[in-house]
Amino acid sequence: MATVPAVGVAIPEALPASVTRRSALWTFVRRNPLGAAGGLLMLLLVVAAVFADALATHNPIRTSSHVLVAPGAEFWLGTDNLGRDVYSRVVHGSRISLLVGVASTLLGAVVGGVVGLLSGYFRGRTDLIAQRVMDVMQALPILVLALVMAAALGPSLTNTIIAISVVIVPRAARVVRASVLSIREHTYVESARALGVGHARVAFRHVLPNTFGPFIVLVTAQLGGAILVEAALSFLGLGVPEPYPSWGRMLSIAAAEYAQKAPWLVIYPGLAISLAVFGTNLLGDALRDSLDPRLRGS
Amino acid sequence: MRTYVLKRLVIAGVTLLGMSLLLFVLMRLAPGNITDILFESAGYVDEADRHRLEAELGIDRPVIVQYATWLGDLARGNLGKSYRYELPAWEVIRPRLPVTFELAVLSMLFAVLLGVPAGVVSAVQRGHLLDYVLRVLSLAGLSMPAFWLGMLVILTLVRALGWIPSMTYVSPFEDLRANLGQFLLPALAVGYRSSALIMRITRSTMLEVLREDYIRTAWAKGQHARGVVWRHALKNASLPVVTLIGIEFAFLIGGLVVTETVFNLPGVARYLVDAIQFRDYPIVQNLAMLIAVVVVLANLAVDLLYGWLDPRIWYRSA
Repeated sequence: MATVPAVGVAIPEALPASVTRRSALWTFVRRNPLGAAGGLLMLLLVVAAVFADALATHNPIRTSSHVLVAPGAEFWLGTDNLGRDVYSRVVHGSRISLLVGVASTLLGAVVGGVVGLLSGYFRGRTDLIAQRVMDVMQALPILVLALVMAAALGPSLTNTIIAISVVIVPRAARVVRASVLSIREHTYVESARALGVGHARVAFRHVLPNTFGPFIVLVTAQLGGAILVEAALSFLGLGVPEPYPSWGRMLSIAAAEYAQKAPWLVIYPGLAISLAVFGTNLLGDALRDSLDPRLRGS
Repeated sequence: MRTYVLKRLVIAGVTLLGMSLLLFVLMRLAPGNITDILFESAGYVDEADRHRLEAELGIDRPVIVQYATWLGDLARGNLGKSYRYELPAWEVIRPRLPVTFELAVLSMLFAVLLGVPAGVVSAVQRGHLLDYVLRVLSLAGLSMPAFWLGMLVILTLVRALGWIPSMTYVSPFEDLRANLGQFLLPALAVGYRSSALIMRITRSTMLEVLREDYIRTAWAKGQHARGVVWRHALKNASLPVVTLIGIEFAFLIGGLVVTETVFNLPGVARYLVDAIQFRDYPIVQNLAMLIAVVVVLANLAVDLLYGWLDPRIWYRSA
């Protein structure tokens, strides 16, 4: 039978006492080459976002007369139809992707986490109502719900974040609820209650911390999805408005119109989106394998 | 069994009712409405005309009445009027349905044909090079925006073959070859993405099934590898895959929204985007509701099918 242990599953080994943080990192890299590659891509994204001003060679918003210049020494990735430097726009675009991705994922995960915690902890009627509300939120495809939300709220950075977070809420609620349902059966929860600890304290202090593993896995997995939804919304003109350079927006109408003359307008922003999402997916998979062995390698 | 079916039906009904409420509230929150757009383009605002249009649309009536009227219309299959096309909305939607349907079916076909074999091979080769290659390929599929993949495909084809994406839709009954020429590439772009999810679930359930006792028995009795994997194991691993295919349906429609736009296919999903951009909110509301009905019915069908395939579910939930 071809059931060789997966490289992705971290098997705890006795490490010598002198083990340093660096060699622990090295162990992770060796066991999880794909996860490490994902981590590297994420690091690259964060570096680009934080140091965008230093890394950019031109002002990402200022237009110039150098229209549709091919990639070269002056404009590394060429210029767009308004003479803006594509490289600088891609670098600055990482800020929008990271900001919208992280903010919407955290907002959705926290709200969904609280809903999942309460519905899993109290069960009964609370759970029934919460579950039906979550059903409703999942009855539309992710992008369609985000589109309708974005349309209802109007295009702005904050509204894009809210629209995307709404999509994440039911997914976070489901994951946290499932793990709360099993955790609340443990004797330590019962003993905490027997000691007279209040429900709120038991739920948040004793149950919640133990849902952390699946929660982290969920957050990483949803981050990539959130970046993709932002790209699609901006591509359709319903996401982050001008003048912010957003990768999705860079691919919209203008790029499609000039694609034949200037393929770099299509290639690089899309490559940036794909690499960022690829990074979160690789890292998310590796984290899931090591933090949540029930889902091994799926 | 009857309890199970009944319970599923009630949940589906409640979900759709909740969705109608959510959409109704959202569309009331939306900034500006179709009268603004129509009068903006006219250049001047005659208050009397505006009130007449508002009365015609019924948006001057109490909110509760509006909601009840909308539900009543929906129940009678009346999807309202598209103010952009000056036509009943249904007349605009109907010719678009086969486009989206064909694209969805072809995409699903590609997704299953790519995803299931890749998942089985990856599970069997677990930890080997081929497993890594397939997993990276599937992750790459999940990481690329479907619309970007579409744009790249068009770009490459135009450059290499001088192929121009056609602007008008050709029905498969008119000219099958031209029709497939239009649909194969967008379906492949959407299907590749969906195949990644199918591959992952196939792989993980196959890994689980391959550990079962009866698989060991099959090996022990000298069954050849192909028989064990494709006949004994895959058959039992197919249940979660069937469920996923149903759930995928929802995921797929999301992918169609941008893909129809990129490939210029006049489908339902693209009409939704158009309607949002033109702030034709009654249409947005009805189209989103239509999509929700399709998704909820697909999920219901999967639930019932699942219960039928694995009767233990009926007893557990009854």
